[in-house]
Amino acid sequence: MNLEFTPEEQAFREEVRTFIAENYPKHLADFGMREDMAREDFIAWHKVLGAKGWSVPAWPVEYGGTGWTPTQRYIWSEENARVNALMPLPFGVSMVGPVIYTFGNAEQKARHLPGIRSGEVWWCQGYSEPGAGSDLASLKTTAVRDGDHYVINGQKTWTTLAQHADWGFFLCRTDPTAKAQEGISFILVDMKTPGVEVKPIKLLDGGYEVNETWLTDVRVPVENLVGVENKGWTYAKFLLAHERSGIAGVARSKRGVEKLREIATHETLDGAPLIKDFDFAKKVSQLEIDLAALEITELRTLAGEQAGKGPGPESSILKIKGTEIQQRLTELTLEAVGTYSAPYMGGVSNDNGSNEHPVGPDYAAHAAATYFNMRKTSIYGGSNEIQRNIITKMILGL
Amino acid sequence: MDFNFTEEQGMVRDGLSRLVREQYGFEERGKAIASTEGWRPEVWAQLAELGILGMPFSEADGGFGGGAVDAMVIMEEFGKGLVIEPFLPTVVCAGGFLKHGGTAAQKEEHIGGIVAGSAVFAFAYAEPKGRYDYADLETTAKKDGSGYVLNGHKAVVIGAPWASHLIVTARTGGERRDRSGVSVFVIAKDTAGVTTRDYVTVDGRRASEVYFENAAVGAEALIGAEGEGLALIELVTDEAIAALCAEACGAMKVAHAMTVEYSRQRKQFGVPIGSFQVLQHRMVDMYTAYEQAVSLTYLATLRLGSEDVERKKAVSAAKVGVGQAARLIGQEAVQIHGGNGVTDEYAIGHYFKRLTIFDSEFGNVDHHLKRHVALS
Repeated sequence: MNLEFTPEEQAFREEVRTFIAENYPKHLADFGMREDMAREDFIAWHKVLGAKGWSVPAWPVEYGGTGWTPTQRYIWSEENARVNALMPLPFGVSMVGPVIYTFGNAEQKARHLPGIRSGEVWWCQGYSEPGAGSDLASLKTTAVRDGDHYVINGQKTWTTLAQHADWGFFLCRTDPTAKAQEGISFILVDMKTPGVEVKPIKLLDGGYEVNETWLTDVRVPVENLVGVENKGWTYAKFLLAHERSGIAGVARSKRGVEKLREIATHETLDGAPLIKDFDFAKKVSQLEIDLAALEITELRTLAGEQAGKGPGPESSILKIKGTEIQQRLTELTLEAVGTYSAPYMGGVSNDNGSNEHPVGPDYAAHAAATYFNMRKTSIYGGSNEIQRNIITKMILGL
Repeated sequence: MDFNFTEEQGMVRDGLSRLVREQYGFEERGKAIASTEGWRPEVWAQLAELGILGMPFSEADGGFGGGAVDAMVIMEEFGKGLVIEPFLPTVVCAGGFLKHGGTAAQKEEHIGGIVAGSAVFAFAYAEPKGRYDYADLETTAKKDGSGYVLNGHKAVVIGAPWASHLIVTARTGGERRDRSGVSVFVIAKDTAGVTTRDYVTVDGRRASEVYFENAAVGAEALIGAEGEGLALIELVTDEAIAALCAEACGAMKVAHAMTVEYSRQRKQFGVPIGSFQVLQHRMVDMYTAYEQAVSLTYLATLRLGSEDVERKKAVSAAKVGVGQAARLIGQEAVQIHGGNGVTDEYAIGHYFKRLTIFDSEFGNVDHHLKRHVALS
């Protein structure tokens, strides 16, 4: 047992650090995530990585994965977090990609995996519905077989960045008579198909990150069904476990704590830097301690995966603790900037104000918007309460 | 980076686990605590025989070449069975001082006895007014010829009633709380001028108030350089904290499992209480806290050999995180056990007691959060 990096791993770190320094798009350096930025900005780094063969490190090598060890993947995420890189969006790379290479047929793999790797094809996720949130299996969108097509009708919601999407993966009810989980299918939909309508939803931060998606008599060829009809719930759960394992965001939170310390060095309290105030410093230390624990927990999980265990229910812990820490980080940043948390400077995802010079310090401009935006993290990907239900069932055996 | 245990560590775990399961049941433990001796010397002899007491010493020193990870494995198993025998003060603390600061002659004299089980040590560092500051000492050791004369009062010296020897911290110079002027001594407990008041602790161990009244020791009693002992004390207590955290993890694991099992058996409103979501989520939070505590224990243990700041930060992080988890899991376990949780008859209350006292050993949550802030 040890935490040391081997000389090979250190050399790998040098290699990726150099690659990032030389190839990361200059105009996006330390840009941060703004959900409504140009489509091209979102995928700029993804395209570079696709060309290099590094866009889907966790995939099996035969589908374009890098074959990196968990430690190498950890180093990779750390090095990207150092420059706050805009990583490939998860919808293709971490969600539908693994479902397709695990459950899809040869044609589906050949057709869809290259576009996910290269970043050319933008995917969105059609899971939640207005009446099916935590109780996802109660979803009502239907897909009715009509010759060589499914005809899909229904309404999806919280479809993240669907305004840019080329394709979507949708959970649809194909057997209305079966029990809730048993009549669901996993279907790929070209978002340009007639009958697909996407309407943005304005969020607390002023941005438009998610959408309502209406599907009205959308005709989809049957070859877009992934796996077996009515077995979609199995694939959906598989996908959620994959989604959760990357959700901890440890490297990025570590970078966030460094930034928080910088901010608290500039801000003053009683004439001294805020970070010298014990009450505040204590909260930062507590956050760092919880983050250190999470980092080791994630590494233990990765080591387990390398030993042949897929992402299991333990990933629910990563989701709960990771999102709690991300939220606490934005909360402490909000506290740190003090009164300059109030001016509205356009949302994280709102381009209306982003060219205006902020009223207060630059670092304060998005503190409140980010805080509001990050409330989503304990709600999405299966709310943290649903994660507790999963642990109850799968680990405690109750 | 590697989170695997060696085959040998796996064997140690299995062997200890069997010993605890077969010979250290709740009733046997209770009998030992209530006995005059207050512990089980025959178990201690068995631990010596199994090589457990010699595990973390190098082969050159007469041990079996293990290290901090081995101590972690051992302490975790002890935690699961609430083992009261003084492995921590004898092997981790005294052993640590001898390994890191002892002369060849001191190692020669003491390590053999520890490994064989014939020498039992207690670590007298705390004082009535010193709280968790190892330099806040009123106990003095005045130079007298080539030796020293000790005067003072050491508080809550765990395992002292069973000990043949004491490791004692005392001031040989400087002012109270100065970083310099702190020295470490190894002395026989039957040295003239050493008296004790022995008692039982709430978590079933034995401890003493130890008084020194002109207790004279020779030059060979000094471990490390005179007046330069604080760095050594900080290193050894950091090792002790990592080991204690492992013990707490073992106890938390069992406390959590017992609670889940109880919730499966106990029926109210016609159904097992484990079917209530309000209790399920609390048991999940206990589980999550436990897993995070294990991670911090690994981190602290694996950073014991790192440079000072990194080591201290990792150890303080662990003492904070494990301390908070121990508080949460102890209290919630009792709550979910209902009235049975506050009886002496149920084992869970005894896990609660051990997890409670854990916080006060070598610095509590507040103390280590402060140390973490100071190092950041």
